[in-house]
Amino acid sequence: MTASPDAHHHADDHGHDHDHKPAFFARWFMSTNHKDIGTLYLIFAICAGIIGGGVSGLMRLELKEPGIQYLQTWATFLSHHNASMDESLHLWNVLITSHGLIMVFFMVMPAIIGGFGNWFVPLMIGAPDMAFPRMNNISFWMTVTGFCSLMLSAFFPGGTGMGAGIGWTAYAPLSTSGSNGPAVDFAIFSLHLAGAASIMGAINFITTIFNMRAPGMTLHKMPLFVWSVLVTAFLLLLALPVLAAAITMLITDRNFHTTFFDATGGGDPVLFQHLFWFFGHPEVYIMILPGFGIISHIISHFSKKPVFGYLGMAYAMVAIGVVGFVVWAHHMYTTGLSADVKMYFTIATMVIAVPTGIKIFSWIATMWGGSISFKSPMVWAIGFIFLFTVGGVTGVVLANGGIDDNFQDTYYVVGHFHYVLSLGAVTSLFAGFYYWFPKMSGRWHSELLAHLHFWVFFIGVNMIFFPMHFLGMQGMPRRYPDYNSAYTYWNHFASVGYAVMAASIGIWFINIIYAFTMGKKADGNYWGEGGSSLEWTLSSPPPFHQFETLPIIGDDAHH
Amino acid sequence: MPIDAKIPIEALEVAVKHTYSRRKWGAATVVFQTCFTAMWGAIPMCPMESESAKVMEFGDFIRASGRQIKILALVAVGAVALAAAPQTSATPAAVNAAPAAQVAAAPAPAAPEAKQLIPNLPRFAVAPGGYTPMKPTAGKGMPVDGGITFQKQYTPNGQYALWFHDVILLKVVFGVSIFVLLLLAYVILRFNKRANPVASKVSHNTLLEVLWTGIPVLILVYITVYSLDLLSKQFHAAPENALTVKAIGNQWYWTFAYPDNGGFEVTSNMLTHEEAAKRGEPSQLAADFRMVLPVGETIRLQTIGADVIHAFAVPSLWFKLDAVPGRINEKTLFIKEAGVYYGQCSELCGARHGYMPIVVEALPRDKYNAWVLTHKDAKLDGLPKPVAVPAPAPTPAPIAAPAAETAASAPAA
Repeated sequence: MTASPDAHHHADDHGHDHDHKPAFFARWFMSTNHKDIGTLYLIFAICAGIIGGGVSGLMRLELKEPGIQYLQTWATFLSHHNASMDESLHLWNVLITSHGLIMVFFMVMPAIIGGFGNWFVPLMIGAPDMAFPRMNNISFWMTVTGFCSLMLSAFFPGGTGMGAGIGWTAYAPLSTSGSNGPAVDFAIFSLHLAGAASIMGAINFITTIFNMRAPGMTLHKMPLFVWSVLVTAFLLLLALPVLAAAITMLITDRNFHTTFFDATGGGDPVLFQHLFWFFGHPEVYIMILPGFGIISHIISHFSKKPVFGYLGMAYAMVAIGVVGFVVWAHHMYTTGLSADVKMYFTIATMVIAVPTGIKIFSWIATMWGGSISFKSPMVWAIGFIFLFTVGGVTGVVLANGGIDDNFQDTYYVVGHFHYVLSLGAVTSLFAGFYYWFPKMSGRWHSELLAHLHFWVFFIGVNMIFFPMHFLGMQGMPRRYPDYNSAYTYWNHFASVGYAVMAASIGIWFINIIYAFTMGKKADGNYWGEGGSSLEWTLSSPPPFHQFETLPIIGDDAHH
Repeated sequence: MPIDAKIPIEALEVAVKHTYSRRKWGAATVVFQTCFTAMWGAIPMCPMESESAKVMEFGDFIRASGRQIKILALVAVGAVALAAAPQTSATPAAVNAAPAAQVAAAPAPAAPEAKQLIPNLPRFAVAPGGYTPMKPTAGKGMPVDGGITFQKQYTPNGQYALWFHDVILLKVVFGVSIFVLLLLAYVILRFNKRANPVASKVSHNTLLEVLWTGIPVLILVYITVYSLDLLSKQFHAAPENALTVKAIGNQWYWTFAYPDNGGFEVTSNMLTHEEAAKRGEPSQLAADFRMVLPVGETIRLQTIGADVIHAFAVPSLWFKLDAVPGRINEKTLFIKEAGVYYGQCSELCGARHGYMPIVVEALPRDKYNAWVLTHKDAKLDGLPKPVAVPAPAPTPAPIAAPAAETAASAPAA
């Protein structure tokens, strides 16, 4: 998307440099500024990511050897009395539950939508701010409150032990009659808060994108990241109310003697799964679509070429979003679906590979004929393309209802969805981080450390997650704290991989510290030629309020 | 343990068992197949493993093709007539195996009397010598050290699915991944800043875009043909007289009910690692009492959850079905070979989710019958009414398990 920035709007920027910012508390706790809120989201996501990633570290430590080595110690530490074996094993379920919920609702979503979405959607469409700045603020603080509620749940009884051990999927009746105690209610309430926050965020993005584009920026001239956030916002708006309804029914089943998911009262446990996955499958696209947008920008920027097949790319995302709503039961192949239903969901699921393939090939075609410079965001983006392809093809395998019988709830599935999320969405997050960090902070990170971060991370995550395909094919079920000794080798391997990955996160933190202490100042268009969206016309960091005079997008603008 | 792997089942009997009608979606698959057979020429069909007895291959063929129903129906009629002839075929093999029983505590005293009351068919043969738990074969029906592929499959559908995965799907997985990797490598080497200082401005190519939309569609259609075929095979209804066995998931153990055998129940708890090691069974996978099933015939396996959702899963049988409270799920299972097959609960069900393994012991029919008759008030399935078994066989004696729960005996319904 070409900005074709007019001379006067460059001049404008300088006028804002000294505009007065609110005092600390008002600025960060009562913020209505999209960039400040975006920064808050990013900081929050990093904090949540440290906790969620730390939890996965505990799990990999326990899984390093067969047998239960650490759980009992940890459970004793948390509950202040000698923990029984059941309490210790319950802690395992609390760990898997919190890892899933934190990473989905409090790390990836806040970072990619709340963080980068808030920061760059207004900048890219030439808007001064989001449409509803106060709603933007409350959706952030509700997310934080939701996170606190989830953390609190760990200190309340949840059935066999302390905390909610229901899995991030919270299947009834384990989450209803199967788990007594307030922990599960706290966990469910945290989803309510995070969900409501995301719905408000989605409304905000849709309104902003539809109404606040700069003059001349038609939908078909909108940068792909904005397209991706728009599609994501619609997915959020349509999917989250279904989750809200489902978990509200969980709450009433738990506390008010309703029987929505209890067969003895005419309900059906499988109904919950349908409702959950009607939300849950679009949710995985919610996490990855903005990443697609980020990757498109980076690939185009560092190849010094416009995005190949812009319209195809935009509508591929729309298609992924639409089809994403009609494939949910492929998560439920073993619940007793009929042959017809399994056949339908097999075919529908495989259809998604087509628009995804369009995106992969279009990215490669964007690079084709380009003049590629391998700056750190580009390296992350190329890594993304390959890792996401691997996650995608295992998705095609899993789509087959008849094959899935032997994959359902095994480590193969864990490997698959971490390839598209941990290695897909998170890789795109890091790509976006290095791409825009100087823009957001005004300071350069170390490119050397950024490259090092990539390679160590790349090796680490592949060591963790690739062997999981082997474990799954050999039949190791997921959510197991202990296993037969035949699974030792690859589990041990994966745990070593975790240490490698953790080291890469250390490099990342060092890089951030470096940037803020010794980083050089970054100018407005610090990556040089190739970027065509409006954020490159602004200073780094952008003025507190930008585009008070709207930029005009010319007719000759191309994407 | 010298358990004879050869399954004494007559070919024609197998044919009878597999005379089931295709349901309505079967037609859709056939249309699908016909269309794409025309497109690709002859679609390669899964070569079934041929290590089991020849008679089994005939049964496989019938399962795999699914189209010769009319022929089958004729065969079936003949089979009924012929079935009476080979009466004693089951016993010799069983007699050989019997002396090997280490613990002689559980003879089947009922067998001789029972035999006189029941029709002289292999299905009702009872191996003398009672039941001794089979020793597992290393690497069979269980994971192998550092394994990177599926476990070996022991059901026809499992073998077909494995073939579909290994031959069709892996080809696509590796093909696409390597293709993308090569493209990326080429682009990186050929179009980097040094090799190509001036970037082109090309951003559209309709032919390319049509191709990379169309070719993936064709690949997916290619996969779909097999995928739907596999699904239709997995959903063949069990024959009318198939043995029904129920797996009931509890927090945190399995109960296996045998409604056709008088309704007794077997409660199955995980063995401690020490106990498993003592018995030569894999740790974390071994259970005190097993789900015993007959080989070489279609079994109607039903699952239900008693408290929360569990999942009955046995990787080497390509079988996984959720046990949901309030609904009965049903699938058919056809085990080709005698053996011990291990599985684990595969739906998060609370604290000891990882501690409720499933052990399926598949036995020839006569040995299965002998096992059945070790239970109180048990009867052989397929008989019109319960045969009174005089001897009150105690709990399966060979297992001197220290486990808390022993096999529960439910009164015959």
